[in-house]
Amino acid sequence: MNAHQWLELTLYLGALILVTKPLGLYLGRVFDANGKTFLDPIFRPLEKLTYWIFRVDPTKEQGWKQYTFALLIFSLVSLLFTYAILRLQNFLPLNPQNFPALSEHLAFNTAVSFTTNTNWQSYAGESTMSYLSQMVALTIHNFFSAAVGMAVAAALVRGIARHSAQTIGNFWVDLTRITYYLLLPICLVFAIFLVSQGMIQNFKPYTSAKLIEPQTISVQKTDANGKPVLDAKGNPVMENQTLDTQTIVQGAMASQVAIKMLGTNGGGYTNANAAHPFENPTPLSNFLQMLALLSIASALTYHLGRETKNQKHGWSVWSAMFAMCLAGVLFCWWAEARGNPIHQQLGVAIGDGNMEGKEVRFGIFNSALFATVTTDASCGAVNSMHDSFTPLGGLVPLFNIQTGEVIFGGVGAGLYGMLIFVVLTVFIAGLMVGRTPEYLGKKIESYDVKMVLLAFVILAFIILGFTAWASVSDWGKSSLNNQGPHGLSEILYAYTSGAGNNGSAFAGLNANTPMYDTTLGIDMLFGRFGMIIPLLALAGSLARKKIVPASAGTFPVSGFTFVVLLVGTVILVGALTFLPALALGPIVEHFLMLKGNLF
Amino acid sequence: MTHKPVSIFDAKILAPALGDTFRKLDPRLMVKNPVMFVTLVGAAISTVEIFRSPGQTGFVLQIAIWLWFTVLFANFAEAVAEGRGKAQAKALRQTRTQTSANKISDDGKIKIVDADSLRKNDVIVVRAGEIIPADGEIVHGAATVDESAITGESAPVVREAGGDRSAVTGGTRVLSDEIKIRITCNPGEGFLDRMISLVEGASRQKTPNELALTILLAALTIVFLLAVITLKPLGIYSGVNFSNSVLIALLVCLIPTTIGGLLSAIGIAGMDRLLQRNVLAMSGRAVEAAGDVDVLLLDKTGTITLGNRQATAFLPASGVTEQELADAAQLASLADETPEGRSIVVLAKNFGIRAREIHELPGAQFVPFTAQTRMSGVNYEGQQIRKGAATAVKQFVGGTLPKEVESAVENISRSGGTPLVVATQERALGVIHLKDIVKGGLAERFKRFRAMGIRTVMITGDNKLTAAAIAQEAGVDDFLAEAKPEDKLALIRKEQTGGRMVAMIGDGTNDAPALAQADVGVAMNTGTQAAKEAGNMVDLDSNPTKLLEIIEIGKQLLITRGALTTFSIANDVAKYFAIIPAMLMVTFPVIAPLNIMHLHSPDSAILSAVIFNALVIVALIPLALRGVKFRPLGAAQILRRNLLIYGVGGVIVPFAGIKLIDLVVAGLHLA
Repeated sequence: MNAHQWLELTLYLGALILVTKPLGLYLGRVFDANGKTFLDPIFRPLEKLTYWIFRVDPTKEQGWKQYTFALLIFSLVSLLFTYAILRLQNFLPLNPQNFPALSEHLAFNTAVSFTTNTNWQSYAGESTMSYLSQMVALTIHNFFSAAVGMAVAAALVRGIARHSAQTIGNFWVDLTRITYYLLLPICLVFAIFLVSQGMIQNFKPYTSAKLIEPQTISVQKTDANGKPVLDAKGNPVMENQTLDTQTIVQGAMASQVAIKMLGTNGGGYTNANAAHPFENPTPLSNFLQMLALLSIASALTYHLGRETKNQKHGWSVWSAMFAMCLAGVLFCWWAEARGNPIHQQLGVAIGDGNMEGKEVRFGIFNSALFATVTTDASCGAVNSMHDSFTPLGGLVPLFNIQTGEVIFGGVGAGLYGMLIFVVLTVFIAGLMVGRTPEYLGKKIESYDVKMVLLAFVILAFIILGFTAWASVSDWGKSSLNNQGPHGLSEILYAYTSGAGNNGSAFAGLNANTPMYDTTLGIDMLFGRFGMIIPLLALAGSLARKKIVPASAGTFPVSGFTFVVLLVGTVILVGALTFLPALALGPIVEHFLMLKGNLF
Repeated sequence: MTHKPVSIFDAKILAPALGDTFRKLDPRLMVKNPVMFVTLVGAAISTVEIFRSPGQTGFVLQIAIWLWFTVLFANFAEAVAEGRGKAQAKALRQTRTQTSANKISDDGKIKIVDADSLRKNDVIVVRAGEIIPADGEIVHGAATVDESAITGESAPVVREAGGDRSAVTGGTRVLSDEIKIRITCNPGEGFLDRMISLVEGASRQKTPNELALTILLAALTIVFLLAVITLKPLGIYSGVNFSNSVLIALLVCLIPTTIGGLLSAIGIAGMDRLLQRNVLAMSGRAVEAAGDVDVLLLDKTGTITLGNRQATAFLPASGVTEQELADAAQLASLADETPEGRSIVVLAKNFGIRAREIHELPGAQFVPFTAQTRMSGVNYEGQQIRKGAATAVKQFVGGTLPKEVESAVENISRSGGTPLVVATQERALGVIHLKDIVKGGLAERFKRFRAMGIRTVMITGDNKLTAAAIAQEAGVDDFLAEAKPEDKLALIRKEQTGGRMVAMIGDGTNDAPALAQADVGVAMNTGTQAAKEAGNMVDLDSNPTKLLEIIEIGKQLLITRGALTTFSIANDVAKYFAIIPAMLMVTFPVIAPLNIMHLHSPDSAILSAVIFNALVIVALIPLALRGVKFRPLGAAQILRRNLLIYGVGGVIVPFAGIKLIDLVVAGLHLA
């Protein structure tokens, strides 16, 4: 934890603050169907053409039910589209490596994963996906799933801001405008920048390089069917393999990585994700990728404040997110810098901290920072292996996701997730000022409480339910590379990441099995739409309500007390729900590590 | 008048409450309260577990006993609140006989009866100085009646049998003569009964806010159920076999039993507190709404000012001394039984005019006020002395008033007072300054309401000038002058369209539409039947300032709920620190550092948490019934304060409590 790293942290957080207001103002124009932007000359004709082709009347707004219906139909159709491409990629063009089609369960899992903005990857991109699959089947969702998330946030903010209104916007207009005016232009610039840093962007077949020093490694022997060969005792038979060439991945990477970060998707082009030298070539590319993944979520809080004419509230929500983000970064950084006492006893890397699973280029600080912000947001891109973090260091990303990814969070998803907690906070603490709880003048009644809690219960249900199921099933345990509490953490992390639509993993778990692919697919679907549907219902309910003018008796939704209260609610609710499971995973593991046990 | 609250330690309440405590174990009743229902099921399972836990029997038995206690304590809280409410209502019924009526029984004799017992078509006699107990029709006689309580007009009106002016309104006062009245509607019957049914379990319905809170508590219960149930397989994975009784203990400790157990008691206690102040609420919803009120509509007369105007000065015309004017004013007012008239007599005394009685003035002929002449006075010793509105007196004296009298009239009007000109048939003698007297302490009270974010609006029939002057003196935020009943209704609608909640207090039939429209409509008991039916509360004392107390009770009710919810959830932190290490200690001794309370043993830790969880309900019963102390502060200050006490306190207290109980449990070798 040296001065240089503190400086970088300050620079990062400073840049995040600076980008919040201007981008927030711009978001307001994008979300407004009649908003003017400087890109109108280019995109306005395209926007009109799109409406004309799809017969959308941009002047007609939708009630929450219509809005939700449109969103679900769109998600279903695009999910099937991706599923079809993945299943048929061997017949489709742009497949120079001649990759076969994906299995049913992997294609299902992957299609769900990208539709839900999760980008959980049960596969390694560079050895599974054709260029067409990467560019069309997956990247299209990187745009659309991000736009859908933002559309929901925009609709919810409208619901809060409007007075006695029946509609919450038009889904098709939101989707179109967000894609054209926000995501496409920024990604275009960002991708070109990434290329300038050395990121690849081509359609070449993979190249081969001769190794200067051939490597001999010990691998499991497999039979003709790809099954491991076992000896008489049932242990896998190992054989030596000498490697003298290396395959170097190629493809249209920069275009995919730009939206992967900006849209908090996180699905890596390569299996190593942002740890791969092509996918994250320089310190500057690392810095800007981290900045991109929080900037829209951060700007959305400004948009909330502006639309509801309570900028202090916007900044208060922002402050709560910021405080939790900073605390997470510092805790994770501290845990990783402190390292693993057993390594240190063995004389390994004294003073370096826990470097296992980290890129030497990035080191402890940039890995801890990246791990924290990628799980604060529902991004899930990684530049280090979370599985190799110390128990407490790995607890940060895990707990970040378990809070519901509301620490800035995914694009849109972070804001609407945080608003669940805001409503919950206002409801519990609001009673304490002696009035029916109000949020920005909207009375919080039993229907609203029901919707908010429904979203919350669904999240807890799928995470805990699937984890418990997998932890006692043969299919669950046979995928584990690590036993003991760490194995439990891997399972818990997988379902948490899926439900939270994050996509990062404790990668010791082999998730590409029929049961894991399917259960994780269901996990992701419920994690996404189990939250969106109740929240759009909430948006509809809030929009219909009158706005009670604020007075001295109104519950204050800004200021220090509110920020503390909101942070307290997020952490307390997350902790109370998941503490028993966490106790058996990372917490026990931490204490065992201190006593010299590793897993 | 306020009743002494019935003590919760009164044996008359405790004995039946104990019986009810067990009667409420009926699962059909318990299921209405999801938190306590889960606790009940947990207690039942633990009881079965006693027989399935060889070697652990003592421990499981104790867990089961305390879980049963948890349920019983919650039932007891509700039973005590109900018992107290019923006792309060009974006491109220007994004291309400004060308002009596002279009923003419079938045999023609006059019998004094409770006003509330009057029924339609009963005939009563009302004499001078008495209040007409209910709406009715005069069947015999004529009388002057002061209807200011209803109309705001301070001048008395004549009501007589037959014709248009035979109807009289409950709550008005007969000033002279004696009349027979046939009652035309049933007075406040049933209100008390309705209130009692709101307190009792059977017909009690959850208020909107209570319902929302119940949903929150139910959702938390589901989440904790999930967390605890999944712990079993997670434990199997980790090689820990959690016993059912330990899991149930953890579950009951985590689910919000504190607020779940006290929630209905808090609601009932809110009604009790209203009853203590002699206010009957027609629904729990109304009490809750009182806490939400943004705007208070207050009638000037009776609420802000003492019922009537009072004479404060004599302003003589040139060539007339103050004494002469005072003397004439007194003569003109001797037969005037209105409060204004009497105040003139009283003021005249200050000028050395001795009090005279009517019978001391033989041959005096008194001229009552009529709507045509708009003057009253006396014909005595050849003098026609009159007092009245300036315009009326002007005509009486022949069309002109002296300049100084004119300017005095103008000055008084401008300052918000009412000028009465006194004159003989020859000339105007001067002006009496009648002034509204604003009740003491109101300005301070309105200031407190302003701090709470509540706006006060004064409603008056006076002209704008008068209204503005009084509004300023009383410290209200706004006023509506020259208000007709329909203006009141329109104002309420306007405020409601703006999203505000409106409270008003009223008594007249005129007020009925507004009372019905208002979110909180308090009818005075002396008011008309229509008013009482339209409102959602009745104030038995007919005290307009009661509205302020009602609002405080509503707020207190909501604050108590929020505070105990926060407390309940905050408690879970300490319970986790007690139970989780205890559950894992046997398999993973390395987590000993997590046992930060240094509890004696895993068993004693779990038992202590369960005992704390049960006892905290009992400990908080008094608070639930009394309500959290209410302070008239802004929301931000109230929040900070309550957050510190119930949020931060809720985290800290159980650490101390569980540790203490653990010391006792270990000391007694219970676990």
